[in-house]
Amino acid sequence: MIKLANITKTYRMGAGDITVLSDISLNVQGGELIAIMGPSGSGKSTLMNIIGCLDRPTSGAYNFENREISAMTDDELASVRNVKIGFVFQTFNLLPRFSALKNVEVPLIYSGVPSRLRRDRAAPLLEKVGLGDRMQHKPTELSGGQQQRVAIARALVNNPPLLLADEPTGNLDSRSGEEILNILIRLNQQGVTIIIVTHDKDIAAQCKRIINLKDGRIINDQVNG
Amino acid sequence: MNFLETFRVAFEAILSNKVRSGLTMLGVIIGVMAVILLVSIGEGARVYITKELTGLGTNLLIITPGKTSTSGGFHPPSAGTVRKLTYDDSQALKRRAWLLTEAVPLVFGTGKIKYKNMGRDTMLIGTTPEFQSIRNLFVDTGSYVTQGDVDSKAKIIVLGTKVKEELFGTENPLGKVVTLSDARYRVVGVMRKRGTSLGMDLDDIVFIPVTSGQELFDTDGLFEIIASTPRSEDVDRAIAQIKDILIRRHAHREDFTIQSQGAMLSTMNTILGVLTAVLGGIAGISLVVGGIGIMNIMLVSVRERTREIGVRKALGARNSDIMAQFIIEAITLSGAGGIIGIVVGVGLALLIPVFVDVLPTSVSAWSIIMAFTFSVAVGVFFGVYPARKAALQDPIQALRYE
Repeated sequence: MIKLANITKTYRMGAGDITVLSDISLNVQGGELIAIMGPSGSGKSTLMNIIGCLDRPTSGAYNFENREISAMTDDELASVRNVKIGFVFQTFNLLPRFSALKNVEVPLIYSGVPSRLRRDRAAPLLEKVGLGDRMQHKPTELSGGQQQRVAIARALVNNPPLLLADEPTGNLDSRSGEEILNILIRLNQQGVTIIIVTHDKDIAAQCKRIINLKDGRIINDQVNG
Repeated sequence: MNFLETFRVAFEAILSNKVRSGLTMLGVIIGVMAVILLVSIGEGARVYITKELTGLGTNLLIITPGKTSTSGGFHPPSAGTVRKLTYDDSQALKRRAWLLTEAVPLVFGTGKIKYKNMGRDTMLIGTTPEFQSIRNLFVDTGSYVTQGDVDSKAKIIVLGTKVKEELFGTENPLGKVVTLSDARYRVVGVMRKRGTSLGMDLDDIVFIPVTSGQELFDTDGLFEIIASTPRSEDVDRAIAQIKDILIRRHAHREDFTIQSQGAMLSTMNTILGVLTAVLGGIAGISLVVGGIGIMNIMLVSVRERTREIGVRKALGARNSDIMAQFIIEAITLSGAGGIIGIVVGVGLALLIPVFVDVLPTSVSAWSIIMAFTFSVAVGVFFGVYPARKAALQDPIQALRYE
């Protein structure tokens, strides 16, 4: 599903370049549940951004479902993000002015789904994450766990094959975090490929594969258990 | 992402910050209102003057003694006269200039008219019977100055309604004798009521035969000759004819000036057109200032919503979607401001003449269309920079933005 070959990412900072990722090669099969771990500054967020088509590698090849990502235009990348990838962020990143339902509908707006159909597709997803009775609530009226569940519903609304979660439980209490993780594991069992960036060893322990990064390199890539 | 959806998103963004949006729109509202109001005042003045000048009678030519080098505009009646215009000149024109329907000799000035113990300073015109038709001023009761009166220098007088009311009240003035600068005149008629035109009260005038007028003002010349030609296409040829005849009578010298009403009208139109454009331009500046206000607020809005932009991009918004969202937001602000401004501006323009009767206004469709188009254009122009700024945000930076 995903083939990263010799991915390098450098940032120009004043006089010299800073290498954030160097020579990352990685294959991800459909249906995997992967944890990416590493200390701060190890490049795991940058790797996530590249996999999520939010950023381009400085060099190397990125193949997503047999399409070369590094050669795509901005608009094509936007379309890939829209249809193929779901994002779950540490800080939820819901749009504050919109209701839970409207938030879930946002990706459908950009794939040109008419507004009546959007509702029909967004509502069942909110039911599925247990927020059927909170659809008209604004994010500020929801708890952190509830907001993250809205974000998961939003990530799933276009039925993407890949879901990227960047510290999804980082801003949650342990009980809510556990609920969120359970939802992600259940989704993986239904066939969605999931990559989680996390500090939390307990979360990583529940993933099928753990990749450890340090100083922009993969130092360990192992199947769990 | 379809247009309607973008529009709805923009509208929600505007409604979510009502006070700020309202204040931003106020700049455009005032600008559009000012454009419409000032242009309608300028247009009103133009329409009013055109109507009044045309109301004096169409295709008029005014011949005054003395040659002035400029063309068009107004001239004092006695500008360095070489040879006076005479009653005979007017008769010669009437006889020989076949393109003219009339050539009316005129003397005019002010005089004190007295009846019993009542007295009044009034405008006095000495003329011939044809004056009635040429200036659209007609007698109501009694009779007007006749050719016989002119030939015999008769001491008869026709009163404007205001003069009649002031001197006679409800009394029938016909046949009564009034004193005009120590000479006694018999009232033979009262004019039809006409009202004010171009600041001149047409009812506050008395008419006497031109020959009696010359005697009264102690002159053998005329102050002007008003000629008329039936068709506006003939104006230029009529002018040539008048020149031809008068130059021959004036020892081959062109010592008179001919103004056509059309030339006066177009001069006035030009002046008032420039005035309107200047007024509209000044108002336009305030519209531009309103546009800068929109740009300012849009820049703030883009900064505030950096994170939203990042989220939308992560969820699949293309740069053009983000750009459209912010431009449409700016256009909605300026367009809504434009519509409110039009309503207020047109409302005021219609209201002003009700309370201030010296200020006629005329709301023209073009000023509305122009003001609205301009306000939307202001939205586009001042919205593009902030929208572009929004669209080109790096999604990763935008997502990290606090």
